[in-house]
Amino acid sequence: MGKLTRQLLPFGTLILIVGGLSILRPETFLTLENFLNVLRRSSVPGIIALGMTFVIISAGIDLSVGSMLAIAGMIGGLVLANLSGWPFWAAALIASLLTVAMGGVCGLMNGTMITRLKLPPFIVTLGTMSAFRGISYVMNDGQPYDMPTYRYLGEGVIPLWKTLETPVQGQFALDVERVLWPWQNVNLSDLAERSRVVSHGIPVSVLIFALLIAAAGFLLKYTRLGRYTYAIGSNKQAAFHSGINVNWNLTAIYALTGLFTGIAAMIQNSRTVSAQPTAGAALELDVIAAVVIGGASLSGGRGTLTGTVIGILLISFLRNGCTMLGISTNIQLIVIGVIIIVAVSVDQLARSRAIAIDD
Amino acid sequence: MNHGRHDGGGETVALRMAGISKRFGPVQALSDVTFTARKGTVHALVGENGAGKSTLMKVLAGVHQPDAGQVEIGGQERVFANPGEAIEAGISMIYQELDLAEDLTVAANVFLGMELRGRLPLTVDHGRMADETQALADRFNFQIDAAATVSDLSTGDCQIVEVLKALMRKASIIVMDEPTSSLSEREATRLFEIVRDLRSRGYTIIYISHRLEEIVDLADDISVLRDGNVVHTGSAANLEIPQIVHYMVGRELKDFYPARQVEVGEVLFSAEHIGSAAGVEDISFEVRRGEIVGMAGLVGAGRTEVARAIFGVDKRTAGTLRLDGETISIASPADAIANGIAYLTEDRKRTGLCLELPCSWNVTLPNLCGIGMRHLISPGREMRIAREYGSRISVKWASPTAPADSLSGGNQQKVLIARWLLAESKFLIVDEPTRGIDVGAKKEIYTLLNALAGQGKGILFISSELPELFGVTDRILVMRRGRLVGNLKTKDASPDYVMHLAAVEDN
Repeated sequence: MGKLTRQLLPFGTLILIVGGLSILRPETFLTLENFLNVLRRSSVPGIIALGMTFVIISAGIDLSVGSMLAIAGMIGGLVLANLSGWPFWAAALIASLLTVAMGGVCGLMNGTMITRLKLPPFIVTLGTMSAFRGISYVMNDGQPYDMPTYRYLGEGVIPLWKTLETPVQGQFALDVERVLWPWQNVNLSDLAERSRVVSHGIPVSVLIFALLIAAAGFLLKYTRLGRYTYAIGSNKQAAFHSGINVNWNLTAIYALTGLFTGIAAMIQNSRTVSAQPTAGAALELDVIAAVVIGGASLSGGRGTLTGTVIGILLISFLRNGCTMLGISTNIQLIVIGVIIIVAVSVDQLARSRAIAIDD
Repeated sequence: MNHGRHDGGGETVALRMAGISKRFGPVQALSDVTFTARKGTVHALVGENGAGKSTLMKVLAGVHQPDAGQVEIGGQERVFANPGEAIEAGISMIYQELDLAEDLTVAANVFLGMELRGRLPLTVDHGRMADETQALADRFNFQIDAAATVSDLSTGDCQIVEVLKALMRKASIIVMDEPTSSLSEREATRLFEIVRDLRSRGYTIIYISHRLEEIVDLADDISVLRDGNVVHTGSAANLEIPQIVHYMVGRELKDFYPARQVEVGEVLFSAEHIGSAAGVEDISFEVRRGEIVGMAGLVGAGRTEVARAIFGVDKRTAGTLRLDGETISIASPADAIANGIAYLTEDRKRTGLCLELPCSWNVTLPNLCGIGMRHLISPGREMRIAREYGSRISVKWASPTAPADSLSGGNQQKVLIARWLLAESKFLIVDEPTRGIDVGAKKEIYTLLNALAGQGKGILFISSELPELFGVTDRILVMRRGRLVGNLKTKDASPDYVMHLAAVEDN
């Protein structure tokens, strides 16, 4: 029963929020555009939360992911700015790869310090949280890098259909004239002046998020790294006595989180069309909250990716809903805080009841 | 079926629990239990794990409230609503896992929660607490320093701190739950003296233990619980171990130790002059195929350290290990496992099991590569393997997906044995494999080890219980102060001689 309540509670809350908003704001909330928008905004914290799930199951914590997002993003911005003479596609590719790689390197540094210096993850990542942020500011004197053409990951869609839109009194409203299949084309010269063809479909960032959910799920369930993550979090000593190379696996877990954060940084850069040294400030809190709401235990050994995804959607829909209902961001913070505490305490209550029989 | 009831014969009754029933969900933990302890006696409470001993004592201590029945103490009938009320009434519990604040001094622990106030407000008078603790210890002839920090004390000394705590709270009834389970023989002997001394001073001791030898030695009365019922209560004088076991398990345990009829073969494993930084030196011995070699010694003699040096947990500083005649190099448990060595550790909760993870995961943990899963884990195959190995040694689990902490101690131990069976280890080191598990499960583990030896595996059996070493092994190694001081054929040795080697400093 424990496992079921752990998943059901956040899932039920999510359904409640989505259902409630659908009734309260059917015309603005319950639209495909809005849902895709929420998913698009979930992708950055969501991708990082996938890595954080591994870290938390292993009884660790990574406070540096927000700063890591900034430093990895700044590397991308720096590279792109310095490759201005190159063809855009090549420069963008190199910038993207180095962004991801920088995330991996930062994660590797966290993992190495945790395992070699035998320091608690909290301390190491508290330190790197500050250091990474500092480096991000130093890189361009506190200024962002503009990346005006780096748009695809943020705006791009995998086209499923197109619409032909004609301006009505000078505005492109939802006045759709024709729906077209992706392979259909129209000769624009036949159309009224200032008509346009718009592509619709799955946002690229959401697709990346979905693919990474599948990849992380596979790692956690079907590989030794995933299994050892649970074992190390549940009982490090027992894992060691079972012949598991605890240090190697822990380092890999932090490096993996770094890589995921690097991928998120790439998307973040593209969404803001710039690399900001302030990117991801306090993001680690949302990420950790999502993992914990999803049922992972900070003392290790427990947690699922399904739970984490539910957790991140819960937070995103809550933010979105509050905005639509005109609730200020200040109140949103309070609501999220209450949800974290309620979710974890209900979970604990269910667990303590399950183990009431002793002797 | 309360036959042979002892009614106290004119002596005063210190405590009577009458008609106690307690149910946890579907489980009737206690049904209509009546239990009487006479003043100034040691009353042993025995039963298999899950028989209800701990629940009964938790009712007495006010941790659980009974569904029916009450406690009669000092002529009053009552039910304790919380532990505070029980302590007030003069009842003190000493749990198996001692409840001491490790970083505080002996005196601070003894006065925990009832500190003596200092002259300034909000201060504590450490000096006076230390003096009073020392005076109390001296009055009872306990050799202990009230100013010592608890983390520096041996387990035996920690027991004494618990006793002092009880005495300082003016307890008249002291409950001891498995007090000797982690004591060396010498410390246990000292504890028995303390218990006898407390009895002669009029204290009532309720003594819970799995070690029947010590119970028949120590107890005046014995009550046996089985499945939440009292199946026997009465004087210990005429009771012998086989009878007690019969009451506990409801059947006679003939041939408690399985017959050894194994062909001992070639040398399988040998350690030559090994030593480690953990304090063992110059250890050499051999284990042959089919042989069960015991290792005796007092707690702290370095037996576990030998196992850790072989298994690659502690760094070896000297010596060679051979398996099947070939030198093997072991720098980590992973190397040892790859060479076919298994180590069932002495503390299954700390170094054995991942308690919140499924039993099946615990079984396959060191075996994820090498049982046909390649680099990936096939959950279906894993389940089948866990089920197969579980049924081979009859582990009682609701399902292989049940978390390991839902199992009893004996079944947890079996999960770990299944782990090493699956690893197809040639040489098994088992460290206190029967600690804290009930009589029936003990016997099953002996039979299992015997069967493994029969398959040509070699076993090193570390134990603090001499009877089981003598019951199960072919040879006994004796450790003292980090060195090997004896290597005896079991059938030629006597427990007294082994004890002498282990405990007595010659030259």
